[in-house]
Amino acid sequence: MICSDWAWVGVQVAPLAWLLLGLLGLLRVNSLRFVAHGLFPAGAVVGVILAVCAWRALGAGSCATVLPLGLPDLPMHLRLDALSAFFLLLLGSVAAAVSIFSAGYFRTGEGTAPGLLSLQYHLFLAAMAWVLLADDAYAFMVAWEVMALASFFLVTSQHRVPEVRRAGFLYLLLAHLGAIGLLLCFGVMQGGSWQFTFDAMRAAHLTPGWASVAFGLALFGFGAKAGLVPLHAWLPEAHPAAPSPVSALMSGVMLKTAVYGLLRVSFDLLGAPTWEWGAVLLAIGLFSALFGVMFAAVQTDMKRLLAYSSIENIGVICAGIGLAMLFQGTGLHAFAALALAAALFHCLNHALFKSLLFLATGSVLHATHQRSLGKLGGLIRRMPWVAWTTLVASLAIAGLPPLNGFVSEWLLLQAFLVSPALPLPFVNMLVPVGAALLVLASALAGYVMVKFYGVIFLGRMREPQLEQAHDAGYFERFALVALALACVGLGLLPSVLLGRLNATLGLLVGSTTTAWGELGWLRVGAASHASFSPLLFAIGIVAVMLGSFLAIRRVYHGRVARGPVWDCGYPWQDARMQDTAEGFGQPIRQIFEPLFRMQRHLPSPFDAAPRYQVTVEDRFWYLCYQPVVRWVDTVARTVGRLQQGRIAIYLLYGFVTLVTLLVLVL
Amino acid sequence: MTLSALLTQAAAVVTAAALAPLLVGWVNQCRAWLQNRTAPPLLLPYRTLRKLLHKDAVLAESASPLFRAVPYVVFGCMLVAAGIIPSLGTDLPAGRAADAIALVGLFATARMFMALGAMDVGTAFGSLGARREMLIGFLAEPALLMVLFNVALISGSTAMPVIVDRLVAQGFAVNPSLAFAALAFVMVLLAENARLPIDNPATHLELTMIHEAMVLEYSARHLALIEWAAALKLFNYACLGFAFFLPLGLASEDTGPTALLLGATWLAAKLLLAGAGLALFETLSAKLRVFRAPEFLAMAFMLAVLGLLTRLLFSGGVA
Amino acid sequence: MQLVELLASLLLLLSFAMLAQRRIASLVNLFALQGAVLAASTVAVAASAGLHHLYYSAALTLALKVLLLPYFLRRLIARLDLQWDTETLARIPMQMLAGLGLVIFAFGLAQPISRFGHEITRETLGIAIAMVLLSLLMMIGRRKAVSQVVGFLALENGMVFAATTATQGMPMVVEFGIALDVLVGAVILGVFFFQIREQFDSLELRHLETLKED
Repeated sequence: MICSDWAWVGVQVAPLAWLLLGLLGLLRVNSLRFVAHGLFPAGAVVGVILAVCAWRALGAGSCATVLPLGLPDLPMHLRLDALSAFFLLLLGSVAAAVSIFSAGYFRTGEGTAPGLLSLQYHLFLAAMAWVLLADDAYAFMVAWEVMALASFFLVTSQHRVPEVRRAGFLYLLLAHLGAIGLLLCFGVMQGGSWQFTFDAMRAAHLTPGWASVAFGLALFGFGAKAGLVPLHAWLPEAHPAAPSPVSALMSGVMLKTAVYGLLRVSFDLLGAPTWEWGAVLLAIGLFSALFGVMFAAVQTDMKRLLAYSSIENIGVICAGIGLAMLFQGTGLHAFAALALAAALFHCLNHALFKSLLFLATGSVLHATHQRSLGKLGGLIRRMPWVAWTTLVASLAIAGLPPLNGFVSEWLLLQAFLVSPALPLPFVNMLVPVGAALLVLASALAGYVMVKFYGVIFLGRMREPQLEQAHDAGYFERFALVALALACVGLGLLPSVLLGRLNATLGLLVGSTTTAWGELGWLRVGAASHASFSPLLFAIGIVAVMLGSFLAIRRVYHGRVARGPVWDCGYPWQDARMQDTAEGFGQPIRQIFEPLFRMQRHLPSPFDAAPRYQVTVEDRFWYLCYQPVVRWVDTVARTVGRLQQGRIAIYLLYGFVTLVTLLVLVL
Repeated sequence: MTLSALLTQAAAVVTAAALAPLLVGWVNQCRAWLQNRTAPPLLLPYRTLRKLLHKDAVLAESASPLFRAVPYVVFGCMLVAAGIIPSLGTDLPAGRAADAIALVGLFATARMFMALGAMDVGTAFGSLGARREMLIGFLAEPALLMVLFNVALISGSTAMPVIVDRLVAQGFAVNPSLAFAALAFVMVLLAENARLPIDNPATHLELTMIHEAMVLEYSARHLALIEWAAALKLFNYACLGFAFFLPLGLASEDTGPTALLLGATWLAAKLLLAGAGLALFETLSAKLRVFRAPEFLAMAFMLAVLGLLTRLLFSGGVA
Repeated sequence: MQLVELLASLLLLLSFAMLAQRRIASLVNLFALQGAVLAASTVAVAASAGLHHLYYSAALTLALKVLLLPYFLRRLIARLDLQWDTETLARIPMQMLAGLGLVIFAFGLAQPISRFGHEITRETLGIAIAMVLLSLLMMIGRRKAVSQVVGFLALENGMVFAATTATQGMPMVVEFGIALDVLVGAVILGVFFFQIREQFDSLELRHLETLKED
């Protein structure tokens, strides 16, 4: 037990410290220097402390406390166990990096005043920590709503722009729909005891039918937050609207709180997940992964592209969790541990590289004032720090060895490889095919990342004003380098984290995978089954690279001359003739045409100023959202007829209602 | 790790690096014969490499450091891949450190760096080539992985030496799913190595090319490394195919240099045949339109998945 | 045993090849190949189960499906001048994907049934069902009359395969009857084609849509 340990104290104090930092911002609302150079670095320190405490708490048992806060007779319960410790680790480390970055990022004259921004920002962080610590439905929902509201205000920090307000509204709407789902879910889970502590829910015995209802509601509620298709509509709207550090936090951490919630409800509170839930989640996850990455491939706005890529990664994580449920539901606990390890590892991976990518887009945005991929290019020459760190994240997110993205992909594929052992006909044939979809999604992620990185950083500059772009400041560089190093480190030495994860796995599936192997090795199953050593692997590649480089230098020479680009006999080539984002998306648009809702505008031969335009839209918007909107609109209009504007009529309504109720009671 | 293991390991890497250009030369020669042309010398690829290495490199003015790093990365990936594919024997220590999934990852890394390098200079051709390469890649990668899944399910392991050992141990028992996998594998091989019917290795016509469009800007030692890496890739794919579908004459664990020599002889024979077969196929077939390429690869993917399904069917759904 | 499995897989592979084949002449070749593999698999079953009447069945398959019908179809194609005709098939990958779904369905379907059968049945029945479904899919996807007939014949191949492996062949009389039926059917369809072409100047089946009463 660690209840007397400093780690437990640190975990409790950290959110309070964040809250305090936020409130301090109100002292000097308009002073950017105070906020940027005082509060944000302090917030980063708190993040580091939280991460260290969580790391220590990971695998050291659980600890609970009751806070004398809240309504009378409804105190708030807090609890730290291996699952929340893992997600707190994720929150602390990403928050530290993002806070450092924010110290150099925010400028005056952009929307919300700095002090207010700091309040919202730190409140957001604190609320996420409380979500992870909450041990009763009441505390959970309060923290959840604070998180949603704080992030809503952060998203709409540029609230003078109409699109930003629209995006914020959409986000708030879906967040609340999800929250309703969660409320109902907790209502089902208390199982007639009317006790809303998580302990009571663990003890409640639900019939399989009610348990499935609870799971469905949780899936809806957390899915809306995580951005599972078809509840993903807010992601591509909110991320471009939000400031980049906020996007980084939302995509890197907030989506993971939803994953945390899903795990908490299905594995912990509801007891044993059934395999049917797993099948559903696996299907949704795989579909989200493919859907997200295909849409990412056709985006032309860099932050929208990353938002769709987040949908993909959440899909991958959910596929892993679904697979774990399938195994768990059929009694294959060791396999469930493997799949769940992959999913959890990918959570942390995604938090690291996606926040790096979002932060990098922030730097690019500051340097160029451009979000559209079609007007960027060649920035590697002007912004080397941002470019090289982004390269690491791009390679990692594409799942290339020996970076961290590959480790989770490897683990997940290993889990898929054992899936023919499932004792369910049909399912044991379908699930291995799911691996094919997963690989397709990850290969497409490579395509997307080549597009993202190549169009922004490589090639020639598509606009002349990009020559004036400047590299990121010292704070920003520090954060980017730290995240990139984390990606590399986690990729090279995954067993360090995986060894600690065993506690979480033991808590959730009751089985641990002991075979992670010594430093730098990954082993699954028996000795001859599968093994992988990213460290040796990386050493091999680097050795060959260095060897060939030195050998060529030594035996031959290293002379280099610079010349103009070869123009293939056509000397009028300019930077605009490079492939654009639209061009890069074209094969995907063509191959997966039925998925997209496309409107193409082609120039006629007689246009004096020919323009080609293509807009790609999401079919789900028209299939799922528009009908609901129309229906709500109709209902609202019908109800609107009641509104007459005369007080007497309103009094009449009240009177009639009262009388009707009395008659019913009679 | 025994001495013989180290020997096998070193032999695999050295053989790959040394023989890969020869394989390309042999295929070119066969193709010239089949097309009634005077064949280029068998050793021409080596001479080209030497010539390129001697030359002064010319870099485009807009090339960034990334561009200069790409040839080394690609070459590094391909040579490491050669170290984990059992080409001569199965006693490969590196096969423990990187399994079949890592091999696919290696190929993907090389491909992604090639594409990034092609986009770096900022020409229309480079980015066009990069886009097409990634298009082929994202379809070929899942197909290749499904092929690997097939053999991994048969042998219950993803470590390549183990896979091959177990396939050999089964004797020449024909696994129905291997037939599908082999066919899918050949299709992936053709697509990934820029051969007909996806890409024409002999052309420099802008609009038909994928691989060549990406390497337009490289010169001298950089080009040499790229070409060598391309040859290595073909060699690696060939060895991978032999290891899974034709595991004859591979030296097994704890065998001496004689077994390795025997393995090398077998390998040479298989390469001779495969090279000639490739040349024959390329002579007989025509290039597909670029937008037929996804169809071709989708077919490969389906075949691999079909193989997986038959595997599951025949094993009663339990591995 | 292993041989039967291998041949069964080949049959499935050929079904997929037919699904993806655009050229009508090649389609007929594939059909002939499928017949040959079918005959071989019948022989293999006969040898492993020691059933002599299956040899006759194999011979019948060989004669009818490898020699006679393909010859007839090729002559038909030559007479109708269709050697270089191709189907305008859209989205072959989509059809393949649907085919894959059908295969999974068929395999899953075969799992409970095969529990009652004996050893050979277990795996091959799934493939036989898949063949039948794939042939149906092919017929749905095709527009040209000739390829529809090939699809029909391939369907019959699937049935025969199911019969040989699941119940070790049908009684000889039934088998002869079916063979005769198929032959006559093909001949009638051949005659029919000439009629269609005389009427519409084309073998595109969509022209038949104009025949309905409005």
